[in-house]
Amino acid sequence: MAAYRSAAGFQRVLHAVKHVCFSKQRCGVIICRYSTVYDPNEKTFDKILIANRGEIACRVIKTCKKMGIKTVAVHSDVDSSAVHVKVADEAVCVGPAPTSKSYLNMDAIMNAIKQTGAQAVHPGYGFLSENKEFAKRLAAEGVTFIGPDTHAIQAMGDKIESKLIAKAAKVNTIPGFDGVVKDAKEAVKIAGEIGYPVMIKASAGGGGKGMRIAWNDEETSDMGFFLSGHISDICANGFCWCLQVLADKHGNALWLNERECSIQRRNQKVVEEAPSTFLDPDTRRAMGEQAVSLANAVKYSSAGTVEFLVDSKKNFYFLEMNTRLQVEHPITECITGLDLVQQMIRIAKGYKLQHKQSDIPINGWAVESRVYAEDPYKSFGLPSIGRLSQYQEPLDLPNVRVDSGIQEGSDISIYYDPMISKLVTYGKTREEALKKMEDALDNYVIRGVTHNIPLLREIIVHPRFVSGVISTKFLPEVYPDGFKGHMLTAGERRELLATAAALYVAVEIDGEKVEVSGEWNLASALLPITINGKHRTLQVCKHACFKLRVLSKLAASLSKHMPEKVPEDTSSILRSPMPGSVVAVSVKPGDNVAEGQEICVIEAMKMQNSMTAAKTAKVKSVHCKAGDTVGEGDLLVELE
Amino acid sequence: TRSPRSADRFVVAKGLQNARCYSVKHLSVQERIEKKRKAALTGGGQLRIAAQHKRGKLTARERLELLLDPDSFVECDMFVEHRCSDFGMEADHNKYPGDSVVTGQGRINGRLVYVFSQDFTVFGGSLSGAHAQKVCKIMDQAMMVGAPVIGLNDSGGARIQEGVESLAGYADIFLRNVMASGVVPQISLIMGPCAGGAVYSPALTDFTFMVKDTSYLFITGPDVVKSVTNEDVTQEELGGAKTHTTVSGVAHRAFENDVDALLNLRDFFNFLPLSNKDPAPVTECHDPRDRPVPGLDTIVPFESTKAYDMLDIVHGIVDEREFFEIMPNYAKNIVVGFARMNGRTVGIVGNQPKVASGCLDINSSVKGARFVRFCDAFNIPIITFVDVPGFLPGTAQEYGGIIRHGAKLLYAFAEATIPKITVITRKAYGGAYDVMSSKHLRGDVNYAWPSAEVAVMGAKGAVQIIFRGKENQAEAEAEYVEKFANPFPAAVRGFVDDIIQPSTTRKRICRDLEVLASKKQTNPWKKHANIPL
Repeated sequence: MAAYRSAAGFQRVLHAVKHVCFSKQRCGVIICRYSTVYDPNEKTFDKILIANRGEIACRVIKTCKKMGIKTVAVHSDVDSSAVHVKVADEAVCVGPAPTSKSYLNMDAIMNAIKQTGAQAVHPGYGFLSENKEFAKRLAAEGVTFIGPDTHAIQAMGDKIESKLIAKAAKVNTIPGFDGVVKDAKEAVKIAGEIGYPVMIKASAGGGGKGMRIAWNDEETSDMGFFLSGHISDICANGFCWCLQVLADKHGNALWLNERECSIQRRNQKVVEEAPSTFLDPDTRRAMGEQAVSLANAVKYSSAGTVEFLVDSKKNFYFLEMNTRLQVEHPITECITGLDLVQQMIRIAKGYKLQHKQSDIPINGWAVESRVYAEDPYKSFGLPSIGRLSQYQEPLDLPNVRVDSGIQEGSDISIYYDPMISKLVTYGKTREEALKKMEDALDNYVIRGVTHNIPLLREIIVHPRFVSGVISTKFLPEVYPDGFKGHMLTAGERRELLATAAALYVAVEIDGEKVEVSGEWNLASALLPITINGKHRTLQVCKHACFKLRVLSKLAASLSKHMPEKVPEDTSSILRSPMPGSVVAVSVKPGDNVAEGQEICVIEAMKMQNSMTAAKTAKVKSVHCKAGDTVGEGDLLVELE
Repeated sequence: TRSPRSADRFVVAKGLQNARCYSVKHLSVQERIEKKRKAALTGGGQLRIAAQHKRGKLTARERLELLLDPDSFVECDMFVEHRCSDFGMEADHNKYPGDSVVTGQGRINGRLVYVFSQDFTVFGGSLSGAHAQKVCKIMDQAMMVGAPVIGLNDSGGARIQEGVESLAGYADIFLRNVMASGVVPQISLIMGPCAGGAVYSPALTDFTFMVKDTSYLFITGPDVVKSVTNEDVTQEELGGAKTHTTVSGVAHRAFENDVDALLNLRDFFNFLPLSNKDPAPVTECHDPRDRPVPGLDTIVPFESTKAYDMLDIVHGIVDEREFFEIMPNYAKNIVVGFARMNGRTVGIVGNQPKVASGCLDINSSVKGARFVRFCDAFNIPIITFVDVPGFLPGTAQEYGGIIRHGAKLLYAFAEATIPKITVITRKAYGGAYDVMSSKHLRGDVNYAWPSAEVAVMGAKGAVQIIFRGKENQAEAEAEYVEKFANPFPAAVRGFVDDIIQPSTTRKRICRDLEVLASKKQTNPWKKHANIPL
């Protein structure tokens, strides 16, 4: 019964990540030292209903708890054991999984409000947050909507009207076609006049929904297939900056500095930071003042965000105003010390702003990475689903904030946004904040779903990102052939090999001795080690970026006799790249298709993906039909 | 009963053996020993070794080197030669020291194991009387000292030139397989052809593993199949790794190639005791035994019709998430395999709700039963996770004999005297509840999660029988659910010992295993039991 551990025959796959690990300095979480106080004597709401789910619901509930407000969560039936339900004081089920039947189901939510006696509703972002109908219905019932009033939502919600108001308020607007395009033909004509690339946007879309970039006529007319009405904007290879504004019901408004949100994939942000590296105080003030004047022009109250596109000459143009709390608000909170949710609640209750413009600081630097359940190797991120079999947030690191609404065992389903969390790090300087982000990403344990941490980690250490030269086209420019994962340097490769081997024996790599030490525990997901005097944190998992096999010398030499396995010829097989539902199938068995021809469209998590033929061939069989739900890797169509 | 052509090739190739022809009388004994040893080490010669490599296969000796700890192999019968004197076989150039198999003993991570490795480079690994005798010798020794036997099979079949002697050899091995069954673990790794009578040795051993693309197991090859039944079938379709691990259930697992298979075999060996007198090995455990598993509190979905992956539960609970699954691609509605709890080997059996709702059918019953019996024979405690809606109904199952096959699993659990821990995660319906290591079959510790429902059947079916023809079926159904769709009916009767929070399951099981380590239980004396085969 000797205790033993196999010495050879070892096959573990290492997922390597880099650099200093602070896991020994368990400092507790100190982040966002909000400068605002929660005055227990300031009368506020007794009970607030949060008409949202996931991390933002949890985020709002957190502040409510600090303010002594009771909270009501709403949830769909599949979410009944979700974190936001557990942390709320009360919870009401508002319908089945599809959002249209639950989180967008106004009747059910209105009932929940009546049933629980909530005095106000915080809508979070997405869902009903910019729905004027909802705001109206709440007003009719005498329930406070924690957000701007109906007029502002309506005015800013319409991409055309908002531009006209902005123009009137002397806000810089982009040259472009401000109107509704009738059909694909007209779109092509207008796009031609403006010059490619153009951005085509659905009139009432938000947060990147229905926003697409077209680079030529063909792409423009293709988009006519998806969208019925839209405007075209020039999309310069520019920057996307968001100015946070805060306005009360008494005509006071503040700007809380900018957020740099240029790193995007599919027009959705992935990495944000505040402040911006590119912006000087004068431009910042000019943008801030324009943002405030726009807020005043629509009699805005509550927190809102004015988005600007900025070209390389620091000309900035109004893009849109988001009349809600934004996903990336934590970085503004980090550098200003304000609790935006608390401010929104105070404003909704009718209080005046506590701060003057001169009170708003820029303290240090904050970076936010959006950790998504998605496969970064496919179009910088196609949604993935699954159950978080292991989940550990890097909260033992200092200056790290994680806003999440999930926990170990949670399901990432096809019904909702695949965001796992928002990972925010904070430092005195940008360099410090980025360094902390690196550590935090290395120490983040996620198993069970494919996630985008490999991509996030590459972005934040990329020389171009580090130098601050960021634009909205950062990803396609830096990775023109798509993200292929981290390319190991010779040194990294050696270190990785040494670590794997050192789990068993002392090592020499390519004749060079490598010192590996550390107090690792094979049962733990994290592997803090010191390698040639450098600290690194590695993670060991089955489906990793870097597959390593540790073999004895003998096994390695005999491996040369092993046959190479021929991979399946995939050109004649079309498989679903992600879980989702089939929107349309445009071929039937016997059809001849040309290479690149659309075969079917898969929709998953707000996105429609056109699946095309990899070669010119005849369709052999079709294994899906419109309306089907498909899993990742499911066979869709076979070609001959 | 041998693969076509393999033996012929060796007769034709005799011209290549000239290098081996030497005049015996001019050499001293010492020199002769060295010559023979050298000849034994090269087996069928460099050309055939190269051919073996070209097929993506390792030689018999390379395989043993990989399987065993460095320098631990002690060979036996290196000088044994075949005794055939017909068809020119008596010629010197047709004699190979050691004949077509390498035998001996060695160590895997320091633990003793007896091995034989068939050498395809010598007469296609065909089985001669001498070959069989060598294998029998090490099997007898393994039984005597109490150590497992691992066979690496790569053989064209019987040595046709020897006729009945070869057949006798097979039978001698079969007998020993049967005698050793339940005494020492026996493992077969199929690394090349294994056809005809030869297949029954692996079939008798406890575990049969295969190498993908290069190994085959069949009673009769494609040519005979064609001539008898007129079926066109390839070797791979008829008896390849995929067939036997997904369709027939003959093999327990398949690996990518020789190296992968042998290294996995080493890992697998770590789970096994050396014999039925030996306790299962204990390894150093880095995983805290009282580790909570928070993910388990939410794993069972609220809707009882919704599936989840039983493997998530298994991985969450066992040491370091390491689970060596047996038959992962066959009868997937039941999950079986080995893992460790606080360093001790345990056998895991679990219904898999993801496949066919986790119901019991013929294949899953047989798969489960054989696994349970192995564990019982070798003192490996069994942890059973239950989420079973019942036996699969239908003519296919009834005609196939689900009654007698289902009885195997019932029998196996009932006769087992090793520590038995059962966790009902959700459904435990009908007869299947009884079968799945229930308290009534001498389960030592039976737990229910709060999501457990122990009942004769689901609410809808039950209500249709109890309240047949009555109105208010929905009301009655609700009443039934209230009464039975929870762990209380079983708990108040003591049929489960406790209702536990799922996240504490690992801690509870580790503690129970420690207590049960000294469990002693015997069945009444019998010559042998009569399991419904």
